[in-house]
Amino acid sequence: MLQAVKAPAERIKVGRIGWSLGSLAVLVAIWEIAALIAASRYLPGPLAVVQVMVREAEAGELWVNITATLIRVAFSFVVAMFIGSAIGVALGRNPGADRFFDTWLIFFLNLPALVIIVLCYIWFGLTEVAAITAVAVNKIPNVAVTMREGTRSLSKDLEEMAQAYRFGWWKTLRHVTVPQLAPYFAAAARSGLALVWKIVLVVEAFGRSDGVGHQLNIAFQLFDVPMILAYALAFIIVVQIIEMVILQPLMARANKWRR
Amino acid sequence: MAPLTHPLSVCVRKKVFPAVGLRGEIHVLEDIAFEVESGSFVVITGPSGGGKTTLLNIIAGLDKDYEGKIDFGDSGADRLAYVFQSPRLLPWRTVYENIALVLPDGDPRIANIPELLERVGLKEATSAYPEMISLGMQRRAALARAFVLEPEFLLMDEPFVSLDDPTAQDLRELLVELWSRRPTTVLFVTHDRAEAVMLATRILRLSAGSASIAEDIPVSLSIADRSNRDKVQAERRRIFGDG
Repeated sequence: MLQAVKAPAERIKVGRIGWSLGSLAVLVAIWEIAALIAASRYLPGPLAVVQVMVREAEAGELWVNITATLIRVAFSFVVAMFIGSAIGVALGRNPGADRFFDTWLIFFLNLPALVIIVLCYIWFGLTEVAAITAVAVNKIPNVAVTMREGTRSLSKDLEEMAQAYRFGWWKTLRHVTVPQLAPYFAAAARSGLALVWKIVLVVEAFGRSDGVGHQLNIAFQLFDVPMILAYALAFIIVVQIIEMVILQPLMARANKWRR
Repeated sequence: MAPLTHPLSVCVRKKVFPAVGLRGEIHVLEDIAFEVESGSFVVITGPSGGGKTTLLNIIAGLDKDYEGKIDFGDSGADRLAYVFQSPRLLPWRTVYENIALVLPDGDPRIANIPELLERVGLKEATSAYPEMISLGMQRRAALARAFVLEPEFLLMDEPFVSLDDPTAQDLRELLVELWSRRPTTVLFVTHDRAEAVMLATRILRLSAGSASIAEDIPVSLSIADRSNRDKVQAERRRIFGDG
């Protein structure tokens, strides 16, 4: 019976890929037409951009910069998820602390990313630590809010069950609490990654001498639009690969018990 | 015959739900005191909202905010199982894992799980997730989870509500069978009189309002009589004067 359910799901997946490819083709076509009409060096067509991308890749520049950016993303992402989750769970469990710190959370949520970046560089210098701190601080309040929501909605029923059957804290954490928080963690991680990608580029443009952001900044000074688009494209591809190869399988695995 | 020892003595002098908003405080339980003999099957009945679940939660140690004392005697409350009103299975663990989780890692009783699953009719559903099986099957799994512990005390809170009649009857017979195999002290909450008579060796009826014990009725059916509808009916007429 379970096998029978799988087959349509497979078909839906193929259908979705078909739609994605189709809509992507339309987007590329519009781009090509717009480039032809504009006939300007500030709006190169898709082919020109891909050529620049290949050239940069062959020179090795592309990989060096994308790797530098990925490492920054990884570090700040892990730091933000860790600290944000700890804060969120603590606030979700403790209404008193939540009432007090809620205002702080709102303050940091609304603090513009640029302000945090500039202040981090001024206070800590143009260092790697400052860069990663700036990105993490931007992300922490979002993670905290999502995880607080998840902690508030933890099932009292299951907690009582674990207590009645004397699960102890480790078993309760592993089999009762963490699985309930997992969807919130996944949501925070996904929206978090989307935000971290973008902020890392800004941080790099401001105060780092490598990374995609730095490269974009140089291209901007030269008005080198093909270079800008080439890096953007390469970056989008890398992000999508990570999404498909790491995040989606993880989500699918975490959700396999759902009806 | 059950030996005449009292492994469990329950005394709840007062249990109050504090006032919330416009609602004043509610006296849920008052002056409840009874002792339970080892191996007996005590059914607690009474009007809904009458504090029956609260009483079980207090006995299970889930609710510690009350005046009184629960004493498990020498046996202690370590081997206690609780079957809740809803199955309360972990949706992200399979039926098998849900049952195995109540045992410590490497416990020899883990070896009994396959046989137990077969007895409750869940052999095919061993590796299914709870949301993929019916409510009746989930309740069976909750029963198996309680019985795998080979508990000394078994608390049950209307474990068969919202099941169709044949399924519920089926599970009741299963419960009697499991109970008669191993001496277990059961506290079973229900408002279903037929169910009470069929299962109990003793019925405690809580009064309405702030609940105390209104009646303490022994039931004298043999194990064999309990699956006989007419005898259950006759005993019910004797006790409650209806049915």
